[in-house]
Amino acid sequence: MTKSELIDRLADEQQHLAHLDVELGVKSILEQMSGSLAGGDRIEIRGFGSFSLHYRAPRMGRNPKTGESVALPGKHVPHFKPGKALRERVDYSKS
Amino acid sequence: MSLTKAEMADRLFDEVGLNKREAKEFVDAFFEAIRSALEGGENVKLSGFGNFQLREKNQRPGRNPKTGEEIPISARRVVTFRPGQKLRARVEAYVGSGD
Repeated sequence: MTKSELIDRLADEQQHLAHLDVELGVKSILEQMSGSLAGGDRIEIRGFGSFSLHYRAPRMGRNPKTGESVALPGKHVPHFKPGKALRERVDYSKS
Repeated sequence: MSLTKAEMADRLFDEVGLNKREAKEFVDAFFEAIRSALEGGENVKLSGFGNFQLREKNQRPGRNPKTGEEIPISARRVVTFRPGQKLRARVEAYVGSGD
């Protein structure tokens, strides 16, 4: 399912909303989620999961073309931990 | 501070002009649509944000950490999240405490 398919499915379900509003709504939620993580804040959705940042320490890397060493600074990467309800629904062995 | 469904609904009220009830329902429907696609075996690709991918795990040996007893961990399907380029770049720029 892509973003536009998600928008179409929600629009089918939420008949009282204009298609454009559904599109704006989906984009708003995704932008809020990205913005929250970009600012270092977690996202917690009960029954779905939580998003947080994991820190990657600085390290020496290598330019694969030249073999030259380059210092890579520390960085944060997004991390998702599925919630209980999502884990159980996705895992057919539980149903 | 963390982002919650209640805050998302408030922003939908402010930004999209949904009423409070519609906004709350919309946020619930959004996450339910993703859960239900994944439950039905579909990967979910949200461009600019990231992909939720299903992975099949084979059975593997495990152990009860309390008793030391060996018990197999059954085969299962799990969901993983791969952040997209755009999200990764935005998050990388965050200068936090480094923990």
